[in-house]
Amino acid sequence: MDPSPQSTPPTGDDPAAAADPDLPRLTVTQVEQMKVEARVGDIYRSLFGAAPNTKSIMLELWRDQHIEYLTPGLRHMGPAFHVLDANRPWLCYWMVHPLALLDEALDDDLENDIIDFLARCQDKDGGYSGGPGQLPHLATTYAAVNTLVTIGSERALSSINRGNLYNFMLQMKDVSGAFRMHDGGEIDVRASYTAISVASLVNILDFKLAKGVGDYIARCQTYEGGIAGEPYAEAHGGYTFCGLAALILLNEAEKVDLPSLIGWVAFRQGVECGFQGRTNKLVDGCYSFWQGAAIAFTQKLITIVDKQLKSSYSCKRPSGEDACSTSSYGCTAKKSSSAVDYAKFGFDFIQQSNQIGPLFHNIALQQYILLCSQVLEGGLRDKPGKNRDHYHSCYCLSGLAVSQYSAMTDTGSCPLPQHVLGPYSNLLEPIHPLYNVVLDKYHTAYEFFSEE
Amino acid sequence: MEHTKSGPSSWPELADVVPVPQDDGPSPVVSIAYRDDFREVMDYFRALYLTGERSPRALRLTAEAIELNPGNYTVWHFRRLILESLDFDLLEEMKFVEKIAECNPKNYQIWHHKRWLAEKLGPGIANKEHEFTMKILAIDAKNYHAWSHRQWVLQALGGWETELEYCDHLLKEDVFNNSAWNQRYFVITRSPFLGGLAAMRDSEVDYTIEAILANAQNESPWRYLKGLYKGENNLLVEDERISAVCFKVLKNDWTCVFALSLLLDLLCTGLQPSDELRSTLETIRSSHPETADDDPAAAVCCILQKCDPLRVNYWSWFKDTLSQIS
Repeated sequence: MDPSPQSTPPTGDDPAAAADPDLPRLTVTQVEQMKVEARVGDIYRSLFGAAPNTKSIMLELWRDQHIEYLTPGLRHMGPAFHVLDANRPWLCYWMVHPLALLDEALDDDLENDIIDFLARCQDKDGGYSGGPGQLPHLATTYAAVNTLVTIGSERALSSINRGNLYNFMLQMKDVSGAFRMHDGGEIDVRASYTAISVASLVNILDFKLAKGVGDYIARCQTYEGGIAGEPYAEAHGGYTFCGLAALILLNEAEKVDLPSLIGWVAFRQGVECGFQGRTNKLVDGCYSFWQGAAIAFTQKLITIVDKQLKSSYSCKRPSGEDACSTSSYGCTAKKSSSAVDYAKFGFDFIQQSNQIGPLFHNIALQQYILLCSQVLEGGLRDKPGKNRDHYHSCYCLSGLAVSQYSAMTDTGSCPLPQHVLGPYSNLLEPIHPLYNVVLDKYHTAYEFFSEE
Repeated sequence: MEHTKSGPSSWPELADVVPVPQDDGPSPVVSIAYRDDFREVMDYFRALYLTGERSPRALRLTAEAIELNPGNYTVWHFRRLILESLDFDLLEEMKFVEKIAECNPKNYQIWHHKRWLAEKLGPGIANKEHEFTMKILAIDAKNYHAWSHRQWVLQALGGWETELEYCDHLLKEDVFNNSAWNQRYFVITRSPFLGGLAAMRDSEVDYTIEAILANAQNESPWRYLKGLYKGENNLLVEDERISAVCFKVLKNDWTCVFALSLLLDLLCTGLQPSDELRSTLETIRSSHPETADDDPAAAVCCILQKCDPLRVNYWSWFKDTLSQIS
């Protein structure tokens, strides 16, 4: 058995074949896919043809270049970034988090200035906005809190007004149980995840916030197996991560059909070795994290998966009764008291060892990130031919961390060299994938907020 | 005077307004080097936002700010408050947001604003909304926001009558368009005119099998086919067309991962032995003698481990799990 991705090099077919009148007309999806496969194929062929020395250089993570790309942005951004003027806490997170993954410490002044800036984004009635004076928003609240947790100092953690934050979140809760992004804003799975992640991380999650969220997310699982942004929309990698992570933080993962979710995510990894976000869409480096982390979660959910599989395959007798529905698992009697220690769910999850090895191709994914997403001048990108940006740098590196650690079955140890593609110095800091913050800073925050 | 478009500092109606600069503090971070025109508009916007002034001049300012950065949800939110206060013509507003959307079709705020407007305008606007999403989808047939909006309009305001035809049209253009398959599933399960999944299933199975046979490497119809029997595995196994399409595809190409994967599902759910099953398994076993002693499901797992190396971990796990739970 050869687990290496070398066994399936993309063919790199010529899209010009479309001109042949005897062949059926190629659709837009096919043509776009072929173009990407050709580009990725060229890169992989040069890897397989290279001398061992060159190969090892090609598979190196260009740490210094990434640090050089990420660091200056924390101070100054060019005029073109005005389109992200309502996402400034995100800009902080998209730089601070990958720098932490690269184990690059920020200087104290910069850390304090970030804390001060985020304090200016904190609304007097709770939550964080996209910039000083704007409306508080759940997504920028998530970015701000994750940034502060990643900085991790007492000054950073104590700057979060948890009482107000709790009130803000309650106001964002819709009657359905789902959350809306901001006052009068849109309701979707992203809003539910960012709310639940933040609430869990700073230990303010309770039954009142949790009520109904799991049922809403379950309604967003589609016939394909993945989770959509809203009920009936298309299964999507970003929302699948958000939905599953939120369910785990609520201890309600059994509310979705996990075998079909796993099957859907596993099939999103393609010949390019990276993940696509939806069926028949193009590969994109950012899904290394969204899809990679979602399927990595399931390595700790095997008990539920087995139970669901057993139930769906147990009805072998052909009968009319609806005995096969896996949704029957969704109705486990849930504790309705406020005595549930919600912060524990995120903590226990990371303490628990993987029950099985990775269900995706962890080495192939690293190959895509290192060879197709890295930009020589620093920073990471969606795919060859695209420009680098902070968002993709953050999520390609997060996905790299997930895949490097995914083959471990003992939480206390380090990954084996054969699970880290390229030199072992490529190894990034481990993360808590449910929140996407580096693990040691998660522990600091967990202790800090347990005492509050 | 030289500028074709002059900033708010030159607007007579803003003469009494003192612009409010952004307070980034003494040592800002992620500090954006705003162009002068951007800074000017935002400083005036802030002045009126802070006083909460809901006036025509405030409305005009929000339009300027949105054109410069359509992702600023605070501006959109304030604009909605002003529109309500001024009892503004919402059809005019729809024209405004559509103009912005055509240049920024992948922006949450725009589509949210559109939904807010459409909800206020009611069922009479449904067709216009469908025309608009159609226009956006003609440029990018997989635009997630456009599809979500279209589904919302269908559910809230109607317009289902021609939706199945539209899905069919898009699938004829590009049968790999998974968004169109997803919309088709939405229509056959939710349309008030079609009788729901149970009524549509039979004809949909035929439609889907045709698409599979035209291109067996297209994952979308395979997933759709399974979706037609979601939660009803027993009926999936009973429908002979399902196993038949697997056998037919495998006869041409016994390494087709989607066919093998569906066959595996059928085997796990209790597919009854048949001549076709036996002959398919024989073909498989003859090329992989090591599977000779395995039960059919395990044999198919083995083949999948071989012909789907990217998912070797997944198929190995699946095989182990099957042996444990059976």
